Amino acid sequence: MNWIMQPWPWWVSGVLVGLTVPLLYILVGKGFGISTSLQQIGAMCAPNSKLDYLRSYDRQVGIWTLVFVVGIAIGGFVATHLLSSAPIEFLPSSYYSFGGAIRLLIGGFLIGFGTRYAGGCTSGHSITGISNLNWPSLVATVFFFVGGLAVTWGLGAFLFS
Amino acid sequence: MTSSANTTEPAVAATTKAGLSSVKLLLVLVMGIYFGVVLTKSEVVRWQRVHDMFLFREAHMYLIISVGIVVALISMLIIKRFKFKMLDGSPVAYTPKPFHKGVILGGMIFGAGWAITGACPGPIYAQIGAGEWIAVFTLLGALAGMYCYAALKPVLPR
Repeated sequence: MNWIMQPWPWWVSGVLVGLTVPLLYILVGKGFGISTSLQQIGAMCAPNSKLDYLRSYDRQVGIWTLVFVVGIAIGGFVATHLLSSAPIEFLPSSYYSFGGAIRLLIGGFLIGFGTRYAGGCTSGHSITGISNLNWPSLVATVFFFVGGLAVTWGLGAFLFS
Repeated sequence: MTSSANTTEPAVAATTKAGLSSVKLLLVLVMGIYFGVVLTKSEVVRWQRVHDMFLFREAHMYLIISVGIVVALISMLIIKRFKFKMLDGSPVAYTPKPFHKGVILGGMIFGAGWAITGACPGPIYAQIGAGEWIAVFTLLGALAGMYCYAALKPVLPR
């Protein structure tokens, strides 16, 4: 059982990630996706918002997305504190600074804006969308990497030095 | 009582007016914990892994995403081919995500955020749950970005 305490190999991880899609469909009839949880939180914070995107969103139907991400947070806790023999370095120590916090705020902003504009993220588009042969999801995934590669190679020296 | 009363219908199928039943929400929570553990143990939640992916230094992330897509694809083909039903008996139906300009523009914007923070939306929650408190800034930024999109949606190209 020692292996379970180590980082899991890519093939174990890949299979378990992929199985999330059929499991969520069979168990609760929902398409696997995470970034809708942001809209759910927004709609719950501002149910009477002037913005149609928040006001006309069905918070009842979407509550499962919030439950799901609370589960992910619990899973993160369990994996770190009960299933790991060594501490996990999530972010480099350089992020624990004023500049680091600003970078996370800006990066987070791009995540929230981008995923909602694109209609999904790595889970909803790349995993669920492509596996359901939805071609716009393949386009989205290609452009996730266009954006990520451009920032890493173009601004890397400035951002990550 | 009602004319169409089906007394053999299992309790699992009982759904509130619009949202999922509490039994199903419990299953969603379990699935969330499962996925959070997988994300963390696979190290998809680590900034360094994402950075090394974009630098083509290691194949780890590409392999996980690829295997994940293939396994999900085969699962969905089986489900559709044999018309598997959900636990409550209703058919499995994928709602296609439509194409519009935002798929390209928003996709690039998200990719940039992914590279900067080392997290896509799932890992943000896993990082916070694991106690990496500074990831709260990533979540706050994501909520601000979502709100900004909500405000600009009527004028953004689609």
